[in-house]
Amino acid sequence: MALRAQVATEPALPRRRHVRFWFGIGMLAILVCAALLSLPFNSAVYGQDITARLVGPSVGHLFGTDSLGRDVLARTIAGLRISLEISLVSVLIGCGCGLLIGAISGYYGGVLDALLMRVTDAVLAVPVVLLAISVIAVVGGGLVNLIAVIALTQWMLYARTARGETLVIKREPYVIAARSLGAKDSHIIVTHVLPQLLPTTLVLATLGVSEAVLLEAGLSFLGLGIQPPDPSLGSLLAEGQQYIVRAPWLAIFPGVVIFLVVLAINSCGDGFRTVLDRKR
Amino acid sequence: MFRFLISRLAQAVVVLIVLSAIIFIISRLSGSPVDIMLPQGATPAQRDALIHRLQLDRPAWQQYLAFLKDAVRGDFGVSSRFHTDTLSLVLSRFGNTVLLALSAIIIAIVVGVPLGTWAAIRGGRVDSYISTITASAQAMPSFWLAILLILVFGVVWRLLPISQFQSWSALILPAVSLSVLPFVTITRVTRSSILSVVPQHYIDTAYAKGLPGRVIVVKHILRNAMIPILTVTGLMLGSALSGAVITETVFAWPGMGALAVEAIQSRDYSVVQCIAMLAGLVIIVVNLLVDISYRLLDPRTRIAARE
Repeated sequence: MALRAQVATEPALPRRRHVRFWFGIGMLAILVCAALLSLPFNSAVYGQDITARLVGPSVGHLFGTDSLGRDVLARTIAGLRISLEISLVSVLIGCGCGLLIGAISGYYGGVLDALLMRVTDAVLAVPVVLLAISVIAVVGGGLVNLIAVIALTQWMLYARTARGETLVIKREPYVIAARSLGAKDSHIIVTHVLPQLLPTTLVLATLGVSEAVLLEAGLSFLGLGIQPPDPSLGSLLAEGQQYIVRAPWLAIFPGVVIFLVVLAINSCGDGFRTVLDRKR
Repeated sequence: MFRFLISRLAQAVVVLIVLSAIIFIISRLSGSPVDIMLPQGATPAQRDALIHRLQLDRPAWQQYLAFLKDAVRGDFGVSSRFHTDTLSLVLSRFGNTVLLALSAIIIAIVVGVPLGTWAAIRGGRVDSYISTITASAQAMPSFWLAILLILVFGVVWRLLPISQFQSWSALILPAVSLSVLPFVTITRVTRSSILSVVPQHYIDTAYAKGLPGRVIVVKHILRNAMIPILTVTGLMLGSALSGAVITETVFAWPGMGALAVEAIQSRDYSVVQCIAMLAGLVIIVVNLLVDISYRLLDPRTRIAARE
């Protein structure tokens, strides 16, 4: 049996990986363009037409209409835009806070480090969805709270990684040189430590955006995120579940869009990771 | 080994205490619960009496200590919706969650380990197809998969029950949709773990002895690749036990996650607190067990620690 010869090399066929990366970039570009181009068509997102309720996919309404006669295509794309906005902003916030906490924790060490890392461990121990819904239960839903809550579920991974890398960076000659020239700790962290953390962070943050999209969709699906009549990919699916027998297209199309956007973002993230690994 | 056990245990306890502090702080973000609890038209005297009875007039750290003391004794107060003891209410749902999580993990292992092994051993086209499958499964939102399963098996073909827990066949759809994420992780870890075992000298020896390929894969490769797979399975079980919130809600599965959502919708805060605490405890204990079993199963990690 020629088993030895067929053993896979670690990155599954580099060329295929390349294809997947460009597929991700292309798909993401299409979806983002669609989301941006939909901005002027707000009337289609909210415009009701009681005479055309639950009409199946047709030329006039490519994705069909919902229980109030609204166009599902328009609502899905608007929902995609809202989901992407929320995810990007919350990842930026979570990533920024995480980097700062990790860099400070790793740079100063000692009691502060131990305390910050135990808090990180404790928050990591609560499952993401449960953490998010128990905070929303107390502070309430809405756009701002939703962004804050998703950021709250994101920062731990960046903090952990940043701390680990900072432990190495702070022993580098250029950091010791800067310190011996009398640079302040805050100056060293901002100009010497944080920029070094960016490549790894980019990979983590890309995958973080897709996690945020899924979490936002999940929370809105449970009715704890974006509130009607504003569309979100999750709340559209929740509506779709109600009409699953009469109008299955309501549940199918928004789900396809979530699937494609998450797949595209993950493919990009994997691509970035391959580049980063090769550089090391 | 003993010192390792003690230090890991101490660490777990510290994390648990910090977690309880975080849950306490979050629960106080909402402001005073007094206004929700008082009937309409209550006098200021009644209000003060209630504040005193709930000990809200004491400093925050004393309130936290009282909360911690009660939590250790398993006293999370009374559910404001069901008027029963919170902990026993949560535990009564926990069994269903365990059943669902275990079924999902079993499905993930039965499908994931062979697929990951196949991808690693065969390589080439097979490997690339399997990695496409896992990438797609990872992008699948669990609740969308749940809805699609309901649509196909419950509505179109009418094969399986789609909600609640009235017969054993009702377990199938929720378990399948919960098994997707563990399946992705287990498949990937199996593949990379096997790839790290294959270049070892003892595998060369096995081939040199002229053993048949199947025996080498099962007895020599898979066995030595098992530790990372077991570890990640443990971690996945922890997250399935505590993170089945959305799946349980879609299928109206009477578990802990669905209870959490109901409790939030009816502002039953003590139940939410208790579930968050219990889920955190489950994950911390599972992580601890995984760490310890890692030491027990792989002598190399023990030697590395000693050096």
